[in-house]
Amino acid sequence: MVSIDYQAPHTIQEAVSLLANADMPARILAGGTDLIIQLRGQFKVPHLIVDIKRIDEMMQASLDDEGLKLGPSMSCAALSEREDIKAVYPGLVEAAYLIGSTQIQGRASVGGNLCNSSPAADTTPALIAVGARCVIEGPNGEREVAVEDFVTGVGENCLEKGELLKQLRVPAPLPGSADAYLRFIPRTEMDIAVAGAGVSVTLDKDGNCTAARVAIGAVAPVALLVPEAADALIGTRIDDEALQRAADAASAAANPITDRRGTVEYRRHVVGVLTKRAAKIAAQRAKEK
Amino acid sequence: MPKAHVTTIVNGYEVEFLCEPHETLLDVLRNSLNLTGTKEGCSTGDCGACSVTLDGRLVCSCLVLAPEVEGRDIGTIEGIADKEHLHVIQQKFLEHAALQCGICTPGLIVSTKALLEENPDPTEEQARYYLAGNLCRCTGYDKIIRAVLDAAETMRAETLKEGA
Repeated sequence: MVSIDYQAPHTIQEAVSLLANADMPARILAGGTDLIIQLRGQFKVPHLIVDIKRIDEMMQASLDDEGLKLGPSMSCAALSEREDIKAVYPGLVEAAYLIGSTQIQGRASVGGNLCNSSPAADTTPALIAVGARCVIEGPNGEREVAVEDFVTGVGENCLEKGELLKQLRVPAPLPGSADAYLRFIPRTEMDIAVAGAGVSVTLDKDGNCTAARVAIGAVAPVALLVPEAADALIGTRIDDEALQRAADAASAAANPITDRRGTVEYRRHVVGVLTKRAAKIAAQRAKEK
Repeated sequence: MPKAHVTTIVNGYEVEFLCEPHETLLDVLRNSLNLTGTKEGCSTGDCGACSVTLDGRLVCSCLVLAPEVEGRDIGTIEGIADKEHLHVIQQKFLEHAALQCGICTPGLIVSTKALLEENPDPTEEQARYYLAGNLCRCTGYDKIIRAVLDAAETMRAETLKEGA
């Protein structure tokens, strides 16, 4: 492992100032489940490591009438224990719960998953489905970006030098809404998504879908919001025909690669199936609310 | 880079150490504190041989930088037994022969303790999922799961007896 300068600031301002004024490459350390492995292999020169877990607001989550304000570095284990958040955004919490082992859950975070910007990140499609936004603090102040616009490529995102993802903001769902996230892996545990789909739907009293968001993961360089799949659900009772049209739209939007986890054709098909099933689960949850 | 001076709690005792900032908690436990019960397997967070608790949460010590543990509370395999009296989990691993080469055993015992503190009465499926991050290439897992479920039952009975 290369030598590093380790800093653990207590405030967001301190963290931003350290990152902005760094005279060597700087990396933000949250749970470290990606970064520490990268430090060992890929880094050839000294780095500044800014550990943000001593900053209280990075580690906390609050839920109120406006929605969820999630500290990006809160561990997936801590998030999974929050029954209040799970009741409102079950799909988001189930995506966080799917990442890695118990040990990885103890450290990995939703913000870290997003900032690592892997195409297969499980929580990213789930965040997009619930309309989450990134609040970014930097040397020039605060800005906000929709999650679907945050990741710009494989391992790349829109954070500029000195910037820090300081909060994930999820709007309160409309009455009659629910979400779900599904992924496919060849094993039952401890694997990386071959394809994933996050869906949120809003149903009126008669069971008609009035709003929907569909996002797919691991089938393109970045997780994709698929408005065509949402449009296939809106205005229907989420019957089999609507579900099949949503699945076809998701398959059409996918732009996957062939690798050892799956071929282009396979991923394209599976992401449609997952979209259909996740939409069905979200609709069932919305009815039960 | 200067060495970092870290003060932390390990198995209930306050300890201090100096470390390079890029060293991991696993490096420091084994090489500086001579707590070699925690094993190094993959060093990438996949095998669970280096499992410890950090402020009560199960983590892979190979994926924690040593300076991160300043002021934290760490639990390792060395803190499981009560002096020469084995913990029930250790006893059950022996009785069920839930080990062969032994490299995964400290991690599995630390993980099992964390599991049973969180859920004293796990189903076989719950135990298998919770322990999925601890790889064993010898036993095929069945003996481990039998030991875990037997330990859980014994510990529940002990808790009942203490309550009565």
